[in-house]
Amino acid sequence: MFYREAGDFKTSYKDDNQTFPIKFDRYRYYAVLFVAFALVPFIVNDYWVNAMLLPFLIYSIAAIGLNILTGYCGQVSLGTGGFMAVGAYACYKFMTAFPEISIIVHVILSGGVTAAVCILFGLPSLRIKGFYLAVATLAAQFFLVWLFNRVPWFYNYSASGQINAPERTVLDIAVTGPNTDAWAKYMFCLVFLTFCALIARNLTRGTIGRTWMAIRDMDIAAEIIGVNPLKAKISAFGVSGFFVGIAGALLFAVYLGAAEAGDSFGITKSFLVLFMIIIGGLGSIFGSFAGAAFLVLLPVLLKNVLVGMLGWPTDLAAHLEFIIVGGLIILFLILEPHGLAQLWRVAKEKLRLWPFPH
Amino acid sequence: MPEQLIFGMEVFLNGLMAGVLYALVALGFVLIYKASGIFNYAQGVMALFSALTLVGIMEGQVPFGHLVNAIFGTEIHGFGWHVPAFAAILLTMGVMILLAWCVQRFVFRDLVGQEPIILFMATIGLAYFLEGVGDLMWGSEIKKLDVGLPQGINAVIDETTFEWFGYGFFIDNLDIVATIIAALLVAALVVFAQYTKQGRAMRAVADDHQAALSVGISLSFVWVMVWSVAGFVALVAGIMWGTKSGVQFSLSLIALKALPVLMLGGFTSIPGAIVGGLIIGVGEKLFEFAVGPLVGGATENWFAYVLALVFLVFRPQGLFGEKIIERV
Amino acid sequence: MKMKLASLALGATVAAAPAMADLVFPSLSYRTGPFAAGGIPFADGYADYFTLLNERDGGIGGEIAQVPECETAYNTEKGVECYEATKDSGALIYQPLSTGITYQLIPKVTADNIPMHTMGYGRTSAKNGKVFSHVFNYPANYWDGASAGVNHFLEQSGGSLDGKKITLLHFNGAYGREPIPTLEALAEKHGFEFNAIPIDYPGQEQKSQWLQIRRERPDYILFWGWGVMNQVAIQEAANIRFNMENFMGIWWSGSENDVKPAGMGADGYKSVQFHNVGSDFPVFDDIQKYVVDAGKAAGAGDQVGTVLYNRGVYAAFLAAEAAKQAQEANGTSAIDSGMMRDAMESLTITAETMEAAGLPNFGPEFSVSCMNHGGDGMAAIAQWDAEAQAWTLISEFAPSDASVIDPLINADSAAYASENNISEGCS
Repeated sequence: MFYREAGDFKTSYKDDNQTFPIKFDRYRYYAVLFVAFALVPFIVNDYWVNAMLLPFLIYSIAAIGLNILTGYCGQVSLGTGGFMAVGAYACYKFMTAFPEISIIVHVILSGGVTAAVCILFGLPSLRIKGFYLAVATLAAQFFLVWLFNRVPWFYNYSASGQINAPERTVLDIAVTGPNTDAWAKYMFCLVFLTFCALIARNLTRGTIGRTWMAIRDMDIAAEIIGVNPLKAKISAFGVSGFFVGIAGALLFAVYLGAAEAGDSFGITKSFLVLFMIIIGGLGSIFGSFAGAAFLVLLPVLLKNVLVGMLGWPTDLAAHLEFIIVGGLIILFLILEPHGLAQLWRVAKEKLRLWPFPH
Repeated sequence: MPEQLIFGMEVFLNGLMAGVLYALVALGFVLIYKASGIFNYAQGVMALFSALTLVGIMEGQVPFGHLVNAIFGTEIHGFGWHVPAFAAILLTMGVMILLAWCVQRFVFRDLVGQEPIILFMATIGLAYFLEGVGDLMWGSEIKKLDVGLPQGINAVIDETTFEWFGYGFFIDNLDIVATIIAALLVAALVVFAQYTKQGRAMRAVADDHQAALSVGISLSFVWVMVWSVAGFVALVAGIMWGTKSGVQFSLSLIALKALPVLMLGGFTSIPGAIVGGLIIGVGEKLFEFAVGPLVGGATENWFAYVLALVFLVFRPQGLFGEKIIERV
Repeated sequence: MKMKLASLALGATVAAAPAMADLVFPSLSYRTGPFAAGGIPFADGYADYFTLLNERDGGIGGEIAQVPECETAYNTEKGVECYEATKDSGALIYQPLSTGITYQLIPKVTADNIPMHTMGYGRTSAKNGKVFSHVFNYPANYWDGASAGVNHFLEQSGGSLDGKKITLLHFNGAYGREPIPTLEALAEKHGFEFNAIPIDYPGQEQKSQWLQIRRERPDYILFWGWGVMNQVAIQEAANIRFNMENFMGIWWSGSENDVKPAGMGADGYKSVQFHNVGSDFPVFDDIQKYVVDAGKAAGAGDQVGTVLYNRGVYAAFLAAEAAKQAQEANGTSAIDSGMMRDAMESLTITAETMEAAGLPNFGPEFSVSCMNHGGDGMAAIAQWDAEAQAWTLISEFAPSDASVIDPLINADSAAYASENNISEGCS
């Protein structure tokens, strides 16, 4: 009923190739955009933005980035934390070195720097495959964190080794620093997320996305039909690094405001983002959102229910949180091994035929 | 003999010992991966869980005491008995076997034949779950583990080497014990895999699930067995590291030390885990010794991975891993 | 703990936000995660002291003290969530107990006009109240700790450290690197040789570091560790038979948790402390009577008198004193966070104040001013007696070497001020 192509005629190739060819899908997409851009900014408060929306938006960007690499191109990466650190430190250096340039430029440049670093560590992927590749990226993770800790230039020689985001504005509205309004932070990240998601969606639909998927499905076969594995893998690492770097820059500058490599960008961050895309669904942009939402929102929700509403001691609640999250992951897997995105796809298929499934 | 060379030898020996401990953790991964193709992220948490259980049993702690007290308002703190180490280890082993059965029955039975990444993810869920259960059961404060293993500098080696070189080597007694136990464990595993009926079944499953199934080998039995053995290896690793540092959350992080070992040695090879462990142990210690002071130290964490990476570039399947043959 | 979950669950819908008149002292604790062993006793002590005030005295100045707890697991992102969740409930003061969370909150609390007290951690240069208007780190900071350690070694080696070798064994991160500039300056002043050996997180494997120490034979070791690193380092020191008399940890590496796993080997190990140790104070009898025996303790009640529990009690005591002085200064019992900040800035702790609270000689006497948010950097040295299983102070609280530390603090805070366009206050 809802997702039906019948009666939805296309008269040009342009129409036929648009991002959401089904009319209902398209309207739903506009509705989500409308709510996110025009409604949410007016109703959010500090708690909602800082505890839930900002981490969700930023991790979504990181998850999209990793999903391009792992989900679309099949290269397992455990270096996300380290690459986010590159984005964060690059952003810090740009912010302090060129305060007169817009922060938007800084964030994008940080993405570019991260892309370059990511490509460098992606080179061994031409030889090493599967779980073994994880070691190459883990080497990046540990090495980068060590480097940012070790070389004082990265944190401007401050005694503490921490980096702090100074106040920066966009159109005279503060987006970083302590005096930022909740809605401004939210909008700033939302704009970046929207652009990243659009770029990712269109890249994965086009030639380059197809070469990635060919490499993922079987790289030797892909090579034989004329896909250049060097180009495909390197481009996947680059694009992925670009998004992950933006996420790292935003995480530091907008969300946390202060960071330290080992503390904020440790190995747990790499695992967290990987968990997000596996739970959300590999090879799906929607899955990146779903996974980020699951792992960011569920713990907060559980905490608020257990501690806030039921009044449990915080430590018992924290332990139970672990048990529940772990149990849910296993349960979801048994019910639907391909992640939340697959559940969504199945639901869409059902809705297509509903209410007359036969 | 030049001083640096003597120091280097001491570092080398200590690296070997550390490598054995890494290998011990890596062994647990290899066993499960070989028999079921599961990359078990929860191995580190299993070591923590088993060590927690061991201490809990030895000290007569009441499982879930904190939770029970919170719900019923009681004041239970312990049974007030002390179980001897040996009996406690046996009991803990029982718990680990039970855990293996539960894992097989409630998680992996429903996931047979799924892709590796999905099995991997299930072990992530398992790791979260076990972490929560372990803390809830035994509490998250730090616990002293003492099963009677010796610790401290080995006086004999110290004195002998002092006589030879004029500089006494520092070798930890615990490391010596760990090396012996690890060697015995590996020998026992090899004997078990080569000469017992169950071991043959295990190898058959590792070679080909369907063929093994068709000749009447029970897959679920073999998997429970493999998880139990991995649980046992986790327990041994948990005892070794727990004796060193007390039993606490960080014990679950030793898995990170085992990953480069696995990569280097190959996921599927028991000798690979041993040799890989030794190479990583010696490599990272020597590097820290030789290059560390020049670049500011604390290089061990990343160097292990970089070392594994360099090896992999030349041998993508690890040292002893099965050669990856790809056909179109 | 006698909190009955079943009954609480039933009454859950009734439990609402704290009444506005109450004094709210949020506790950002960590009872889970890699540093849980250190976080639990501190959180227990913090909560128990306020419970004691409520039960014994009917609160502070007649106002009930609320201590809403929020679990951070030492994770900076959860810390943000906790801060946002509690700041609108009328929070008077934050004590985040994590360097990472502190750094994030420094600009935020300043903007929200809520004071933050980072006792013995956080940003050392926050001592300069001219730049950091809402951050306090009395009575002592890391640089004071480093100086106190060196002073003790100075005394131990008979008044001169010339030609001696001091090694800093430290956590390879911001926290562990804090004392390096101070120690370098002190090395120049006293003529000792200084080197730093970092340990990467988590620090379960420290053979390389201890082999290096064994080769280089430093005369003294200072140790900045946290979590599992502490237990392993002390165990390894015992293994290589390093003289524990010459091995000293900062206050975060000097609790019962850290020395007990090493057994007798840890005997003689020292640590720098900015508060007293042991349970031999009248307040602990009251806590036993009004809190633990009444079943109102925050934890299992078995931590009373341990070093980290005492630190929690001390933190709560300082917060409660500031609240009292704020009430007196403003003539109202219902104070807000702005009044609390002003009171902290003029806080004076004397022997009488401590005596009155049942904590005689529990910490140093000090006073805070607008220029100086860090007190006089008074610290004492404690030593572990493995036979008696107890820490004891072996020195008086003594001031740190301000001539070395103050220039460093001014330099670091000036850098922060220029980076963030902060104009100096306290004119």
